[in-house]
Amino acid sequence: MAPKKNSTSTVNTPAPSTPSAPATTAASALSKASASSSNNPFTIFSKVYQNYTSTTAQRTKLIDAFLGFLVITGVLQFIYCVIAGNYPFNAFLAGFSATVGQFVLTASLRIQSNPVNKNEFSSVSPERAFADFVFGSVLLHLFCTNFIN
Amino acid sequence: MSSTGAPSVLKDESTRNIRQLLKVVILFTIAGAAVSSRLFSVIRFESIIHEFDPWFNFRASKYLVKNGFYNFWDWFDDRTWHPLGRVTGGTLYPGLMVTSGAIYHILRFLTFPIDIRNICVLLAPAFSGLTAFATYLFTKEMKDESAGLLAAAFIGIAPGYISRSVAGSYDNEAIAIFLLMFTFYLWIKALKVGSAYWGALCALFYFYMVAAWGGYVFITNMIPLHALVLIAMGRYSPRLYVAYTSWFALGTLGSMQIPFVGFLPIRSSEHMSALGVFGLIQIVAFVEFVREHVPSRQFQTLLKSFILITFLGSMGALVLLTLSGVIAPWSGRFYSLWDTGYAKIHIPIIASVSEHQPTAWPSFFFDLEMLIWMFPAGIYMLFSTLEDHHVFVIIYGIMASYFAGVMVRLMLTLTPVVCVSAAIALSNILDSYLTVRSPEIPEALETASVVDDAADSASTTAVPKAQKKRTNLLNSAKGTMVGIYSSWSKLVVVGAFTVYLFIFVLHCTWVTSNAYSSPSVVLASRGADGSQHIIDDYREAYYWLRKNTPDDAKIMSWWDYGYQIGGMADRTTLVDNNTWNNTHIATVGKAMSSREEVSYPILRQHDVDYVLIIFGGLLGYSGDDINKFLWMIRIAEGVWPNEVKESEFFTPRGEYRVDEHATETMKNSLLYKMSYYNYDRLFPAGQAQDRVRNVKLPAKGPELNVLEEAFTSENWIVRIYKVKDLDNVGRDHAAANAFAAGKKKAKRGGKAAKGANRKLRVV
Repeated sequence: MAPKKNSTSTVNTPAPSTPSAPATTAASALSKASASSSNNPFTIFSKVYQNYTSTTAQRTKLIDAFLGFLVITGVLQFIYCVIAGNYPFNAFLAGFSATVGQFVLTASLRIQSNPVNKNEFSSVSPERAFADFVFGSVLLHLFCTNFIN
Repeated sequence: MSSTGAPSVLKDESTRNIRQLLKVVILFTIAGAAVSSRLFSVIRFESIIHEFDPWFNFRASKYLVKNGFYNFWDWFDDRTWHPLGRVTGGTLYPGLMVTSGAIYHILRFLTFPIDIRNICVLLAPAFSGLTAFATYLFTKEMKDESAGLLAAAFIGIAPGYISRSVAGSYDNEAIAIFLLMFTFYLWIKALKVGSAYWGALCALFYFYMVAAWGGYVFITNMIPLHALVLIAMGRYSPRLYVAYTSWFALGTLGSMQIPFVGFLPIRSSEHMSALGVFGLIQIVAFVEFVREHVPSRQFQTLLKSFILITFLGSMGALVLLTLSGVIAPWSGRFYSLWDTGYAKIHIPIIASVSEHQPTAWPSFFFDLEMLIWMFPAGIYMLFSTLEDHHVFVIIYGIMASYFAGVMVRLMLTLTPVVCVSAAIALSNILDSYLTVRSPEIPEALETASVVDDAADSASTTAVPKAQKKRTNLLNSAKGTMVGIYSSWSKLVVVGAFTVYLFIFVLHCTWVTSNAYSSPSVVLASRGADGSQHIIDDYREAYYWLRKNTPDDAKIMSWWDYGYQIGGMADRTTLVDNNTWNNTHIATVGKAMSSREEVSYPILRQHDVDYVLIIFGGLLGYSGDDINKFLWMIRIAEGVWPNEVKESEFFTPRGEYRVDEHATETMKNSLLYKMSYYNYDRLFPAGQAQDRVRNVKLPAKGPELNVLEEAFTSENWIVRIYKVKDLDNVGRDHAAANAFAAGKKKAKRGGKAAKGANRKLRVV
């Protein structure tokens, strides 16, 4: 049980990359900030949100929506596991790591296709990034379907 | 070897094709050298499996080839660990057997019907060629192709790796080192390119590595450590995120597919670093993401503290979970790497294996020759051009040297990085000394030409180092060229290193030929005239067991020979080299080290038909059971401290003796009696001599009541005893023997009778 708790906490933290989610983590960070920062945490948050909606491309937003969906699926699975127990543990692991794995693969796709990171990924075109994503996802789903029995 | 220097000469040549051709030719030559230097034992003796562990792998491969993959996966082996059996499918790493099985079927398909035994024998040499290629790729990523070729040549013949991969050594390490290097290569590639494709490939080969060898934990911790160090150095990049997360997500899921590993990646401490770094990297990525959107400086510092707090918090959670038992603590085998005294005190069975001892200095030089002193130089050179992927070799070098210092066996994981690092150092030297053209601006650097003709190692490596420092210093003075101008000094340095390389080849060949190419199944000795005499007692005895005992006979022996008996004699054993049940091994230890009256019920309870021991007293073969006896006693004492006591086997002066001064417990132990039974008849009366312990044995040999000698091999190395049935008329065996010998009961005295009464009650 517990190691999963560990992994979810780590997985949930990046969740704020979706527009709706930053509320929790960012706000908690900002509540600590309020002591030293002259800015009101709420204004900072709204600035982040505004900045995000105005600068992010439509395709990237679509990816972010998918990421948000994966986080919600993962959290729901985890809550169900906490409530109902982890008897077919491999089934839980398969389902949960499918969402985690798909999340990181999609996040990788987002990073690679982000024009800001162009010089980091000189040899990876967006199309290549998408092909990588497909390859990784196929592998992930093979492993998952095998593991769920 | 000298030809490997060639590509750097050709660097200036315009023809790419020739360089390409040379590269291919060199790589094939290296593979040829790697394969052929491993064939000493096959050519000298014959194509058989060596050592102990490979016999099980061989037996499992035969089973796989005969019964197909699915049966192999659910194989319940009832011919080992006799009353218990072994769920083989769930307790082995199937990678090796599946690999050789696949090769077998591919060769069949190509109409080359080759016996599975030959595939098993020659698998390790074949994979050593691939290891050389993987090392070439890895080093190529680190520096350039010329360094890669050097590294491939080094690993091709370095004795540290040959020792585990000679022909006939069909062990997991045979393919594991190739997989290790190839996984690392893919990781470096993934990190450099920042592509999920390479990350996924890395995960795939990681999966193969998990399937092949328990040492996969080394990779599981090396890659996160590399990522962690990169983050701590402030070298986080999106490429790192892509490479690491895609490797971790797929690799962990993949590793859980192996039944033997199961849920360990979630539950055991060895795997927690990977999970922790995975969490950390998510946080770091998120912070980077927020930073993109908010330029405020205050916010950044806050986020840094946020990272720190979450990191400490998750560390705390990990410690808490480990303490509360949700996450399994370190297993004994890994724990003994940190606390080097742990195994000796708590788990004698780990300490009893000779490979688990600390390494002595000479063995570093013996196994790596000149590479061992070029290794630190290579690490130093990597520091001076520190890039993301250089950090990896540095960490790998440090970690592997520590582990190799703790355990002889882990020399194997050190060898690749030593080869890589030494190749980088050497190719740096050759790069600066092998250019025929002189640098253009003449400068006062004649010091380099003062190198002595005798150019010993210290001075030759010191020269480039000094220059490097010079370069760094002069870089600030802008654009000043530093180089070697005198072609004489170039000649001397290059000449010296060529000589070193030749000596390296000679050393490697000598070590391989003399130290690492002897099959332990067949012992070879030389007569005074140089003629070879083969001692083949093991197979003689195992073959006797195979032919002259019922198919379901149970053989008891010490665990070292379990796999060989299963493989060669094809009989059921009680314990074997897979030491998963310590109590069962302790039972055998107790039976060996107790009096006959105590041992006999144990033998009866476990359906033992034959007892097999190894005795080297006649031939001076030191690896026999009397020399292993103390470990049997210690392991038995760990379970029955009241019944078996180590101190009782030592004389009052604390000596471990087998002659007439041996203690009563020693003389009455079953193993002692079995070893020396009838041995005195070989010699004139009172002259019996043990050639291993170098002592004269007591004039009267021991008597055996509950066992009868069934077979003794030609040189008395293997002795097999049959366990007697219960006496027909209900007497105990001692009394029955005495009666058969025609002795009157009264003559034996009250002592024997008393023993007999006790015996009756026991049985």
